[in-house]
Amino acid sequence: MESRLVRRDTDPVPFAPDTVIAAFKTIPDLLAHDADLTVRGRWLDVDCLLGPSTQPFHVAIRAGQIVDMTPAPVLMRTWQFAYRATPAALAAHWQQMPPAGWHDLLALTKRGQATLEGDLHPFMTHLQYFKDLLALPRRSGFGGAS
Amino acid sequence: MNGFIEPIVGRYVHVEINGEINRIYFEENGSGIPLVCLHTAGSDARQWRHLLTDPEFTRHFRVVAFDMPWHGKSNPPDSQYGTEYRLTTASYTATIRAFCNALKLERPVVMGCSIGGRIVLNLAIEHAREFRALIGLEAADFQQPWYDTAWLNRPDVHGGEVCAALVSGLIAPNGPEASRNETLWGYKQGGPGIFKGDLYFYRVDGDLRGRTSDIDVNQCPLYLLTGEYDFSCTPEDTLRTAAGIPGAKATVMERLGHFPMSENPEQFRRYIAPVLQDILDKQNY
Repeated sequence: MESRLVRRDTDPVPFAPDTVIAAFKTIPDLLAHDADLTVRGRWLDVDCLLGPSTQPFHVAIRAGQIVDMTPAPVLMRTWQFAYRATPAALAAHWQQMPPAGWHDLLALTKRGQATLEGDLHPFMTHLQYFKDLLALPRRSGFGGAS
Repeated sequence: MNGFIEPIVGRYVHVEINGEINRIYFEENGSGIPLVCLHTAGSDARQWRHLLTDPEFTRHFRVVAFDMPWHGKSNPPDSQYGTEYRLTTASYTATIRAFCNALKLERPVVMGCSIGGRIVLNLAIEHAREFRALIGLEAADFQQPWYDTAWLNRPDVHGGEVCAALVSGLIAPNGPEASRNETLWGYKQGGPGIFKGDLYFYRVDGDLRGRTSDIDVNQCPLYLLTGEYDFSCTPEDTLRTAAGIPGAKATVMERLGHFPMSENPEQFRRYIAPVLQDILDKQNY
């Protein structure tokens, strides 16, 4: 089924909501093929909630590897921290040349397009790891037509 | 090229600041109008190495870049070890003026980036007559905080890693990878709590809102240049500041972020060259 591109006036790039979720689902595989990024997370064990605000995922990370990723909600599943961004923000973030102000996880929180909640310690101790992890779909060519 | 020696010369000058001698490391190259360069918070003067070796600029300018006390190769003052470092508007201004006086620089141009850009505005407010021109990169009278600086200095978070990771997003995407890495390396090497201490000036003490309208560019020309990808000091912050200073020249730089001189020196050169030429033209007028 072909996804339909949509763009509201406030969206920086046109995108199909389905493709944002689909792209997010590729992150575990992209990480598995990135030995350097995995190594940088080798001290990291955390259960967190990540992804599009419309469909976040429970992500279990052990020694820098994603060992489980399950769509939320899961009954009584806990998480230590959550980073959720609007689908429009992720679509912009994953452009080959992201528009200014949409190019960094904390740029998105500053502009109110993403939320960061919970116990931030694992996020901050591995900040570059999470920035690179959540940017992986850019590398695989998501929405190169910005 | 193997064996190539850059023309930059690094030395130490003893500078009395607030009654105490500080051993300040500085690098310089070129001759002509003194051009003093101020590094960003939490980093050091290595950020300016491309400007320092630019053959065209150094033909007309004596480019001087110094490490602030507590940064790079400028140690903390002897009496201050063990205290909590906090940069203030007054101490930053005093340091710059003392450094310029120690080197006997005659009406230098001062160019600063980030906190250096902010303090340039204060120099324009309080000491305009001492300077030939002032250039603020990523400069504004104020900008909205976007993270809690408490994360920058605590025993359970690696200071170098978190400082570099925080500012990494301020670099424009798709610039030269080596330049990006070098820019971040400076942040990974900062002393404990120094980035945080610099941000005390930026966040708490150095709010210049309501004061920049006192700037008279007829006494000292003011140029403000900000990268479009800087979401800390945004182009809107700079343009708002410039709008309140009659005669200030503001430019938004494409494909650049918060560290224009070090993250993408070639791209920065396109924007700074006309500014330096304008300053030169004013001297020859």
